[in-house]
Amino acid sequence: MQATFLHDCYLTALDLACRRGERVLFRELSFALAPGDALQVTGANGVGKSSLIRILAGLLRPFHGSVESEGAVGLVDERPALDPQLALGKALAFWAGFDGTGIMAREAISDRLGLSGLLDVPVRYLSTGQKKRAALARLLGQKAPVWLLDEPLNGLDTSASKTVESLIAEHCEAGGIVLVASHQAIALPSPRRIDLAEFAP
Amino acid sequence: MISRLVLLLKRDLGLLLFGGRRGGTLLPLLFFLAVAMLFPFAVGPDAPLLARTGGGVIWVAALLAAILPLDRLVEPDLELGFFDQWALRGIAEEWLLLVRIIAHWLSFGPPLMIVALPASALLGIDGNQLRIVELGLLAGTPGLAAIGVTVAALTAGLRGGAALGGMLVVPLAVPLLVFGAGSLATGGTGGLALTGAVSLILLAIAPFAAGAAVRGARG
Repeated sequence: MQATFLHDCYLTALDLACRRGERVLFRELSFALAPGDALQVTGANGVGKSSLIRILAGLLRPFHGSVESEGAVGLVDERPALDPQLALGKALAFWAGFDGTGIMAREAISDRLGLSGLLDVPVRYLSTGQKKRAALARLLGQKAPVWLLDEPLNGLDTSASKTVESLIAEHCEAGGIVLVASHQAIALPSPRRIDLAEFAP
Repeated sequence: MISRLVLLLKRDLGLLLFGGRRGGTLLPLLFFLAVAMLFPFAVGPDAPLLARTGGGVIWVAALLAAILPLDRLVEPDLELGFFDQWALRGIAEEWLLLVRIIAHWLSFGPPLMIVALPASALLGIDGNQLRIVELGLLAGTPGLAAIGVTVAALTAGLRGGAALGGMLVVPLAVPLLVFGAGSLATGGTGGLALTGAVSLILLAIAPFAAGAAVRGARG
């Protein structure tokens, strides 16, 4: 179900620093991710994991340094970007139409994430874990080579966590890049980790 | 790109027109009618006075009706992360907000022009005046929509943003009100043309101002 990415993607952070308000959260952070790479960013709450993800996605300007990337970026954070009053199927269909996801691919994605039985349920009635799975379905439909996942396992049960881990493994195998920000243990294809606390000033 | 914008317009209309989020388009219309209904009671049964002031009342009611949906124009999408996802897909905020202005106008402009018919009957406005009122609303409501979306984007994420938004819209809408309601007194086309001109200026500025505001709110 994963496409092979024809063009080369990369994600490079050069000497990044992030300031929120008066506080510098981290500085001198550099790394480079090539096709097939996975990286976990760890650290306690408030260390700047979510800010780092937003900087890498280009949604937040870094205090210092720069981000270079090639290839579309897919983001999953705590906000699912699905209309609460719509049925899940319709809410996902909006993004599928937007990203040009085919009907077959849509069904395969819903099956994979165990959402097939929930497509008629309004998004506001879904649990945290179900919303997270819906957001992952949106991500899969986007077919972006670079994945930025902010706490992807929050609210997920054991079997859904396993599914996420295998989705990440498949994505890397297909030549994609995955960056996970999480304080939880997650099995990634490559055991690269960055502890953001080490970059605190 | 065009097909994506059409999808966006469909979604925005679904949210604004059919009561997707609290109320929909019906509430502002009922509010508008209620004002037109109450005004004769407050002024008393003086038909010439009602007819003379009725056009102005319709304009004020239209302005207030346009303010009602302000808090659900931009803020929910910002909170739910929609604007982030659109940014990742490389769609400029200016396009998003232009589409939203169109959707906002479609959800209150034409319906308001229809409801203005019974409202003008209640206020005793005659045929010629009614024609000027309708043309004025056609020229002026796009400008009101542009102001509404801009102010909604500026106040999104602020505490008490909805109340502040209402306060900000009123002074910005003064030129539209002066020319739109003024065209009734003069009876000429000059006022209508000026109303349209103000609307066009607002429409030209609004997507850029609102886009910058959304980018700023993302911080």
